[in-house]
Amino acid sequence: MAHMMADSSPTTGLKQRLAHPPTKVRSKFVRVLRAYPLVFVGGLMVLALIFVAVFADKLATFNPNFQFANGLAPDGAPLAPNHTFIMGTDDLGRDVYSRLLFGARVSLEVGVFASLISLFIGTTLGIISGYYGGFVDSVIMRITDIMLAFPFILFVVALVAVLSPSISNIFIAIGVLGWAVTARIVRAEVMKVKEFEYVQAARALGSRQWRILFKIILPNIMAPVIVLTTLAIGNNMLLESTLSYLGIGVQPPTASWGSMLSEGQQVFEYAPWLLYYPGLALMLAVLGFNLLGDGLRELFNPRRVR
Amino acid sequence: MISYIIRRLGGAVIVLLGISIITFVIAFLVPANPARAIVGPHAPEALVLQVDKQLGLDQPLPIRYVNYMNNLVHGNLGMSYVLDQPVTNLIEQRVGATAQLALAAWVLELVIGIPLGIISAVYDRKIIDHIASLLALIGISLPVFFVGLELMYWIGFRLNWLPVGGTGGFNYIILPGLTYAITGAAYYSRLLKASMLDVLSSDYIRTAKAKGASPARVIFGHALRNGIIPALTYGGIDIAALFGGVVVIEDVFGYSGLGQLAVQAISNLDVPVIMGTVLFATAFVVLVNVVVDVLYGIVDPRITYS
Repeated sequence: MAHMMADSSPTTGLKQRLAHPPTKVRSKFVRVLRAYPLVFVGGLMVLALIFVAVFADKLATFNPNFQFANGLAPDGAPLAPNHTFIMGTDDLGRDVYSRLLFGARVSLEVGVFASLISLFIGTTLGIISGYYGGFVDSVIMRITDIMLAFPFILFVVALVAVLSPSISNIFIAIGVLGWAVTARIVRAEVMKVKEFEYVQAARALGSRQWRILFKIILPNIMAPVIVLTTLAIGNNMLLESTLSYLGIGVQPPTASWGSMLSEGQQVFEYAPWLLYYPGLALMLAVLGFNLLGDGLRELFNPRRVR
Repeated sequence: MISYIIRRLGGAVIVLLGISIITFVIAFLVPANPARAIVGPHAPEALVLQVDKQLGLDQPLPIRYVNYMNNLVHGNLGMSYVLDQPVTNLIEQRVGATAQLALAAWVLELVIGIPLGIISAVYDRKIIDHIASLLALIGISLPVFFVGLELMYWIGFRLNWLPVGGTGGFNYIILPGLTYAITGAAYYSRLLKASMLDVLSSDYIRTAKAKGASPARVIFGHALRNGIIPALTYGGIDIAALFGGVVVIEDVFGYSGLGQLAVQAISNLDVPVIMGTVLFATAFVVLVNVVVDVLYGIVDPRITYS
């Protein structure tokens, strides 16, 4: 994949270099991009998703929830993609393209907020557990074991059903239940970092505990946390779609990729596009975060010098 | 070794107790009154109170928990509110179907994941590796139910090779199993790739090559044999995910197993069945993890328990 990112030609590169001596930052940036194409490709996909989600109302051609009288065939069947409805219509005569754009909002919103909540809980518990050790550590790790033993989807489904389905309850449920993996990884990192000389030095110099924890240890464990969070956003987007598919996610008429798929399932024998578009949108969105996360993991890996 | 097993089982009991408390609290946070749900919306208030009393729902929560646990240790998970059967019977009727599906899913996961992992490790950073890795990553990025619906559409509906859904013999397991395998194989291929690369760079592989062992012997006889252990033990950890994934897949394919039972119970507010299925699934996961840890020590004598 690396050759795709290569300079257009050596001469233009040379001319540019003679005209503007490159700054160190820029050349490093380019070098990193070339060495880690995954970060580049994944990052672009994620940016595209954010763009679509933010400007959904500008990019949409129709109101996503409006049921068009001319959006259904005379026999009541959904319309295949055409000039007016570029991705066709669904079984209620709504524009699939516009719904797809607004679905990106829901997906990203749940993915990001759920991940931030579990990131916050997981990191806090992980740092406390790893730094203090002993009894506190065993208690937190036992709770983590409990959380990890649950069939996660079942747990989230049950909690959302109890809280009543809504976007905020979905990301609260996913966030509050999904911190265990983060806590474990943060704990392991903290245990490694706290033995390093600079932490010992800070302790010897009499730094306050919160300073050691949040100013010295936290920045040094950020790399795996960022990777984990990037991957978690993609996973949580999948989870949101699953909940909406099962009918306990985002409620109608709000468009979500998961609910679009479950509605499309009713008529997919004669309207297969109702599955392709939301399915592929989800796949591309999640793939973007997975590529970015994998790329960042390589980028942060100190053992891999390029 | 014996003391390690005892300690692990002790830990498992604590985890299970924690799970029972969390499940119990969530299940009884349900805002709707289960007694009202049973007798119907138009029944007189007196009848609701009577049913409340019958079910013991008029008692305070801690007492209900103690009663519940008392029944539990006697092997009684209560009666389903909706299906009018003991929960243990319901679980018994469906556990076989879910076990078959989970086993098929796991086997197919290995069938897809292991070759991808071997290819990626042998052709590390070649174009074939990139393609195999990308395929695996696309698999992880796909929503389970989308894969299920597409397989159903193409293989079941268009090609008519396999049944579209339902429960029955072997034929009914293939599509749901394949669905899970496609979305999960990447975990195995990545683990296998990483551990095979470790092995391939070790001294004894160099020795084997120097002795003139054929590439096939080096790859399959040495690297795969040693590298596959972590990938196989991942199966133990994967069981929780397997249960979770099966929940959604059973719903998609209308396969009547534990997952479908649980999802229906959640939408019916059938609290004893929710409790029963979640507890059963988690207990199974916890016990399998203990067994895997112990087996790991038997298979790999380098591991010591302290």
